[in-house]
Amino acid sequence: MSQWQPIKVIARQVQAGEVSALDLVEQSLRTIHDKDEFHAIIATLDDTARSRARSLDERAANGERIGRLAGVPFIAKDNFLVFGTETTAASNILKGFNAPYQATAIERLEAEGAICVAKANLDAFAHGSSTENSDFGPTKNPHDPTRVPGGSSGGSGAAVVLDLAPFALGTDTGGSIRLPASFCGAVGYKPTYGLVSRSGVVAMASSLDTIGPLTRTVQDTALVLDVMAGRDPLDSTTIERDAETYSNLDAADLKGAKIGIVKEYMGEGLDDAVRQTIERSIDQLRGAGAEIVEVSLPSLPLALAVYYVVCPAEVSSNLSRYDGQRYGFSTDDAQNLDESFSRTREIGFGAEAKRRIMIGTYVLSSGYYDAYYNKAQTVRTKLIQEFAAAFESVDFLLGPTAPTTAFKLGQNIDDPLAMYLIDIMTVAANLVGVPSISIPAGTVDGLPVGLQLLAAQKHDRALLSLAAQAEETIHE
Amino acid sequence: MTKLSKDDVLKLARLARISLDDEEVERYTEEFSAILGYVDQLESVDVSGLEPTSQVTGLTNVMRDDTAASYGYEPQDLLKNVPHVQKDQIKVRRMIG
Repeated sequence: MSQWQPIKVIARQVQAGEVSALDLVEQSLRTIHDKDEFHAIIATLDDTARSRARSLDERAANGERIGRLAGVPFIAKDNFLVFGTETTAASNILKGFNAPYQATAIERLEAEGAICVAKANLDAFAHGSSTENSDFGPTKNPHDPTRVPGGSSGGSGAAVVLDLAPFALGTDTGGSIRLPASFCGAVGYKPTYGLVSRSGVVAMASSLDTIGPLTRTVQDTALVLDVMAGRDPLDSTTIERDAETYSNLDAADLKGAKIGIVKEYMGEGLDDAVRQTIERSIDQLRGAGAEIVEVSLPSLPLALAVYYVVCPAEVSSNLSRYDGQRYGFSTDDAQNLDESFSRTREIGFGAEAKRRIMIGTYVLSSGYYDAYYNKAQTVRTKLIQEFAAAFESVDFLLGPTAPTTAFKLGQNIDDPLAMYLIDIMTVAANLVGVPSISIPAGTVDGLPVGLQLLAAQKHDRALLSLAAQAEETIHE
Repeated sequence: MTKLSKDDVLKLARLARISLDDEEVERYTEEFSAILGYVDQLESVDVSGLEPTSQVTGLTNVMRDDTAASYGYEPQDLLKNVPHVQKDQIKVRRMIG
């Protein structure tokens, strides 16, 4: 049982003066302190959060309208620029960096009365699938502290399940919201590419990066998404939002929903117990009236190879800005500017950032560009066409979020390729730009299994409506 | 299968402006060969008639008005994060020699 009411209820209670925002902030900070051993959080914003809460309580007492998230505490992954503490992206190279402006997503949440209480741990620069790449040390899985929470938004996923706050924000470039949701047992949402502004979020791979919530329920996710969604002049890749609110979900039952089981996701490499859990969920959806068919996307097994060309290429470009001259860590041990760049980056970046920057440099370099980068972007077109064809015949696609449940800390850390393979079922949604959600489907040996649902681009509202129905229907 | 040499890795490190110690060079040489070996499966994929995709929602040339706008922070706010400042300028080490 969660200590938090549904977000809509909390906001109504704060607005009515029945609950004080300051009490909610204190409750959240206290829980963060009590659950410190899981290391989901790398900084708390005690002073700014308390002072915002006091002012919101005052406004509520004066009868002013605060907003749809009045007094709701939340936790942001530490790659969001937020006032009141450092923004590090869990990397040594950004230690000491204080944001001069806030992310658009944070501004929009605050405008509706939400209060950021803490920054969540992540794999440094969001590079990873386990949160073990954090320069602050790993986060532990709430269900078993000897296991990983998934990554890269592992701190955010663990925070929601540890009940630290009503919701958390994550970023998803290849599965970084959905994987922790799956491993921790939360709802994790990756919207259509461009639906939520990325202004003020530390860039990783710009043609893939998305922002979304991690929550306990689909309804909470829909409300948070609704507040954040829409065009932003500060991010020219943002798209128009739906005129209708995303949180007003269709009440229609599952009858008539046409769902395609992705054949390639149910094949080799999928853990048997995870498969059984997903198949049980499918049976339950069918029992509730959904029309279930099998769908094949033949190029899907190539998605991870495409991702591990495109992603490092964009990483190498985006991370060139960390040069030790304008912000962040800068070494004193250098004789000239070039040495200052190289030594700062040697000391400031962890192994995975170096790995991705250099792989990216390789695939973009003269002589290899056509063979790797151009080829990957062309296979990406093939994937897009296969998804488009699939969405001609079905409304939604379904599969597991990850091939296994949460693995042991340390298990994959020395084998980068094995770690990359964890993302095999999530990367395609980013390459194709479609929305995708992970919802809890049950547990195997006490560890959560995530069910992944996908829809065509800009069908976010339909996907959330389906997920809310599925959430009601699926049980152990 | 793609196999990188230590010299290849050192060249990449130079291009990416990252110094590496010997142990790192050894380790990355091995890891990069494995990662690129996995990626090599793209080589045989038939993509005839297809164009590469870099923007998935179809947006093109999103323009804004060419006018000054205020973003709520001042040059001084940005300079606070700069490691070495002199007379409101970012100070860097010498570039030549």
